[in-house]
Amino acid sequence: MTTALLEMTGIVKEFPGVRALDGVDLEVRAGEVHCLLGQNGAGKSTLIKVLSGAHQPDEGVIVWQGEQVRLANPLAAMKLGIATIYQELDLVDGLSVAENIFLGHELASAGFSRQADAQKAAAELLARLGHPEISPRREVGRLSTAGKQIVSMARALSHDVKLIIMDEPSAVLDQEEVARLFTVIKDLTAGGVAVVYISHRLEEIRQVGDRVTVLKDGRTVATGLSARETPTSDLIRRMTGRDIEYVFPARSKVPQEAPVVLDVADLAAPGAFSGVSLSVRAGEIVGLAGLVGAGRSEVLETIYGARKASAGSVTVDGRRLRPGSVRAAVAAGVGLSPEERKSQGLLLDEAVYRNVSLATMTRFARGGFMNHANERRAAQKHTKALDVRPADISRAARTLSGGNQQKVVLARWLLRECRVLLLDEPTRGVDVGARSELYALIGRLADEGVAVVLVSSEVPEVLGLAHRVLVLREGRVVHTGPAEEIDEHQVLDLVMEGSAA
Amino acid sequence: MSERRTPPPAPAADEHQRVEAAAAEAGVAAPKSTVGRFMASSAGRNSGLVIALLVLCVVGLLTAGDRFANVNNILTILRLAAVIGVVSIGMTFVIIGGGIDLSVGAIVALASVWATTLATQQLAEDYHWIFMVLTALVVGTACGLINGSLIAYGRMAPFIMTLAMLAGARGLAEIISERRTQIIGVRDFVNFINGSLLGIPVLVWIFAVVAAIGWVLLNRTTFGRRTIAVGGNINAARLAGIAVKRHTVLLYTLLGLLCGVAAVMLMARTTTGSSTHGMLYELDAIAAVVIGGTLLTGGRGTIVGTIFGVLIFTTLTNVFTLNNLDTSTQNVAKGVIIVAAVLLQQRVAARSDSS
Repeated sequence: MTTALLEMTGIVKEFPGVRALDGVDLEVRAGEVHCLLGQNGAGKSTLIKVLSGAHQPDEGVIVWQGEQVRLANPLAAMKLGIATIYQELDLVDGLSVAENIFLGHELASAGFSRQADAQKAAAELLARLGHPEISPRREVGRLSTAGKQIVSMARALSHDVKLIIMDEPSAVLDQEEVARLFTVIKDLTAGGVAVVYISHRLEEIRQVGDRVTVLKDGRTVATGLSARETPTSDLIRRMTGRDIEYVFPARSKVPQEAPVVLDVADLAAPGAFSGVSLSVRAGEIVGLAGLVGAGRSEVLETIYGARKASAGSVTVDGRRLRPGSVRAAVAAGVGLSPEERKSQGLLLDEAVYRNVSLATMTRFARGGFMNHANERRAAQKHTKALDVRPADISRAARTLSGGNQQKVVLARWLLRECRVLLLDEPTRGVDVGARSELYALIGRLADEGVAVVLVSSEVPEVLGLAHRVLVLREGRVVHTGPAEEIDEHQVLDLVMEGSAA
Repeated sequence: MSERRTPPPAPAADEHQRVEAAAAEAGVAAPKSTVGRFMASSAGRNSGLVIALLVLCVVGLLTAGDRFANVNNILTILRLAAVIGVVSIGMTFVIIGGGIDLSVGAIVALASVWATTLATQQLAEDYHWIFMVLTALVVGTACGLINGSLIAYGRMAPFIMTLAMLAGARGLAEIISERRTQIIGVRDFVNFINGSLLGIPVLVWIFAVVAAIGWVLLNRTTFGRRTIAVGGNINAARLAGIAVKRHTVLLYTLLGLLCGVAAVMLMARTTTGSSTHGMLYELDAIAAVVIGGTLLTGGRGTIVGTIFGVLIFTTLTNVFTLNNLDTSTQNVAKGVIIVAAVLLQQRVAARSDSS
């Protein structure tokens, strides 16, 4: 009989004007992987912040190993053995792996750091996590995202940790890395450490989780569900009050006579990919599948001119684009919705309408002078059509949810009436309900004659939306064909092995 | 055709509120307290500056009485504010655009020296004093163009590039002037620029015009919008098709041009051109911009704030001078004010978007 390591009961957290947590219960046992499910805004982030000591609950009781505790600050939580691995990893790029792991509790004698000891201890922790290949001397900034995540975990383990909270760790990893992460998690739990695992991806929860707690609107709506046996439909229904996972719009046929809008011939970028050819007709959606690092984003960036091609050509409406020029691509009617929405797509402190008009502002200017009324009206037309919420276009982009921020970026290119839309991971960090909405939107854009190239890590998304699918593996196209003629399993085989099983 | 598509599922009625809640959860909602909301508004941000300026004026009145509160003294303050003010307006653009310029003082010096060489003054005597003005403007603009081009296309860090320009321009000014102060003999030039128009010094007019143009440029034109975009998120700006490099060049060139304007004003006020003109202008301008609420990290800032920043500094100097306090004391007070202003700013920023 396992006893509870952590028991949270009736947690309430109020922010001015909103009850973010409205009576949450959570019980975590030692050695289990406890999954936290809920849509964006359900209260997961707030709950984590309460648990890691960053927020103080207004009401409720936290019992840790049988004793009632108060987590006054992050240090207090850490001292009890609660560590949090945030989505945005909090590592210092300029320091070595070992220095990062022992940051804040350096091994030192009389103020001098004992580097050799630290490196040895770091190496042990990394080995324990199954990643002995990461050198403790390596500068963290040179590691991959997956590597950084391991360092974060090693840092957690360097404290005597009993509970690790992982906030969407897989969002930044490819499938292979996720598999390795799961091995690490299993080793940790076998050693008695409990893990609170947050993810949008249900299939992961099935693989790695033991029990599930579902949050909705700041309340616990279900707890102690079996992660492996609870039917997906059941989980989704509890999260959303709906019975469906993703709704893909039915694909309309692309007429044979539809003109080829985007034609990419034998494109190559050094160190990223080579020999990529694809053509997209008006109204067609072409999906690019592949692992992170297979060159998908790089292909989009090169088409867009943000990256210099070493060979090949990009043609839009029969006109060849000047290579390496974003401005040429934009002028020719190409739009990119980048992978990193916040750092590459948006001016977070600027108003929504200004974000929408960013690529089009000269249209609302005469002699350099902006006509704000026209600009707002035009932006509003598109945010309304895309149902951006809240509807107030003067709000800073920062205050919108991920799905709505994505719509703002799409609205930017709709306003420009672009002919080609390059979408890089359009649904990353977007909750399930908003995803279906985005899918419908992408389908509608294609119906209106836009040529769409879609990159997504989620194979069902590519298969569900695209007419044709290109599978990339290590910078080369290993498969091209209609989306209906291939299933998820085959794509995964191609992606991993390079051949359809 | 449309019934093929499954419509997006209807959102829950309270979806909007949930989004709001999510925003609040992330700690990014608008500040809720009345004070916080007011302080975060643009009027509120500037109200702090208005209060600071009023306090200074009250101190001036109490300590210097009529010597402070008379028209001549007010005009003196404005004349002093005008030169550094013109530079600060340009600096505001560069900083909002995500850059910094340490070479403004040196550019002012070089422009003043170049525009007062014997050859230039001879040209002015023979034809028109406007040639002195043009020389100063061309020299300033050229320096700015060099700064901007090397920063944008040579990928120099703005700090390093303009540091090099600081050393180089002032050095060149010393070479040209042989370290001698060059007296301006062109009376018409001095009489006009240092004179009055409708009872207000021409220097103040120039500052007013530059400030007005700056405000319009920042708030009403694509140039201003691009400046905010480039400074706020350079990647997003580039991927939206904005010519980021060209814009960077324009920003530094604009500041160079305004340094030329400042040089003209300084030449008229002092009737000299000198390699020691504009000493520490870079610090005064940056301080005024920052006190005015412009983020040093770029992407946000106001012209009005900068104007207040300049006025606060100049009034402070004036009050201290009237009380016979030396410049050393003034510098201490300046340092304290900068720190206080930035601390206040951070508190306001924390209210409006803390996490």
